Amino acid sequence: MVPYLFLGFAGLLIATALMVVLHKNPVTSALFLVLSFTSLAGIYLLLQAEFIGMVQIIVYAGAIMVLFLFVIMYLNLQHDVEKGAQIAVRRGIGWMVGALMLLFAGLIVRNGGFSPGPVQAVPPSLEGGNAQAIGRVLYSRFLFPFEITSILLLVAMVGAIVMIKGRPAADGAEGEKE
Amino acid sequence: MAALMQNEVFQVALWAMVKVGIILGVMLGVVSYLIYAERKICGHIQARTGPNRVGPLGLLQPIADVGKLLFKEEFTPAGANKIIFHIAPILAVFPAIVTFSVIPMGPPPMFVVTDINVGLLLFLAMSSLGVYGITLGGWSSNNKYALLGGLRSSAQMISYELAMGLSTIPVLLRSGTLSLSGIVDSQGGAYQIGGTTLPLPNWGIFHWYLVLPFFIFLICSFAETNRAPFDLPEAEGELVAGFHTEYSSMKWALFFLGEYMNMIVICSIIVTLFLGGWHGPGPAILGIVWYLLKLFALLFFFIWVRWTYPRLRYDQLMGFGWKVLLPASIANVVIAAVWLYWRANA
Repeated sequence: MVPYLFLGFAGLLIATALMVVLHKNPVTSALFLVLSFTSLAGIYLLLQAEFIGMVQIIVYAGAIMVLFLFVIMYLNLQHDVEKGAQIAVRRGIGWMVGALMLLFAGLIVRNGGFSPGPVQAVPPSLEGGNAQAIGRVLYSRFLFPFEITSILLLVAMVGAIVMIKGRPAADGAEGEKE
Repeated sequence: MAALMQNEVFQVALWAMVKVGIILGVMLGVVSYLIYAERKICGHIQARTGPNRVGPLGLLQPIADVGKLLFKEEFTPAGANKIIFHIAPILAVFPAIVTFSVIPMGPPPMFVVTDINVGLLLFLAMSSLGVYGITLGGWSSNNKYALLGGLRSSAQMISYELAMGLSTIPVLLRSGTLSLSGIVDSQGGAYQIGGTTLPLPNWGIFHWYLVLPFFIFLICSFAETNRAPFDLPEAEGELVAGFHTEYSSMKWALFFLGEYMNMIVICSIIVTLFLGGWHGPGPAILGIVWYLLKLFALLFFFIWVRWTYPRLRYDQLMGFGWKVLLPASIANVVIAAVWLYWRANA
């Protein structure tokens, strides 16, 4: 059962990820990205990482992509803003980076860094499942990185507010409204 | 076939399927009569009788309504994004149905489809996916009122999700688990304080540090289900009908269905988190009755509020969400955590 589910989710993940890049309409691309996030969550669930799977949906599919969609809808992007040459250069860089990534990934697989085949999931022995396990690790061994991350997020939030408030007077009135 | 019936995985899957079928059927029935109840109650609140022509007391009104909706013309506006226009109503319904798979409606394992140990997170995940149906429905209609309604709803739901998620944390601190069945279990028995037993059930709402989260969650659930006083996505005075302006026939009915299913789901979650779930006097098998009683009381409350309070203005809505509910729920998390830690170590 699990291998078939894995194949299904993995196939969906790759197909939707490709559609994100290949589709012309930005809103549709964003929706395919949502689908690929949810299929990634499915793979997490198959690996018995149910906490990560659910958080993946809440944070990425639920919160971040909704804001993305929000912005795309506001901008109403119908056609390409950039000129032909710019697009060609960007595409060339994209192809090169993609080919390099594929090369490195292939090298790693070939040198046995990752062995293809089914992965054995190791669920934590705690009663509360891996939500409890992650909590324990996060608040003991990784407490410092955890707190640093929260300070980083706080700085980002303050920065966003300052950027809105700190405009010159002409624009300031508009910024004050929100 | 006999070997297949003996297979344990197959048995679990079969039972889950049977339960899903029952829940889906019951939900559709409950939703249609919930709409009838809403019309009847709103009628009496406004000093009129409500539907009373189709069948005795108008009880066949929902059937007539569904029949009418099925036979109406399906209309797709010109310039609409056709595929997304068709997908959006489905996206409005499916999160509610999925969430119902983890709600304990009675003593397990009979009355719960599946008891996963991240049940509450599943509810939060599905409620955050619920935004898409409305937003995309509004955008794909190629209508400015629908777009404004969709954008309003996504802003509103994202804002209130934060306070809602934070208001569940004191409940989790008390129960020590994310499983909804576990949360219900932690509310069983009698209320004890320092060794003395009080004549109160041990429900979340009776613990002082869960009173504020209960009200925050209740207010946020009005916003999450887009119901008055927070029904700005479909404010008819300014937005025609909001995000579903261009929808007709069964596609519109799916949005309607989604709204009422969401209401049932969110009331079930309130019952589970704060009102003791299926716990009540009598043997455990009566659990489903207690669950349904509490659920219907809450649903009545939702309808009552909708027809007695005016709609908020948009800036009031945002200000209330971000400046009142969010700080209050954060403060409550800190207070509850300190209190529980102090009590455990005193």
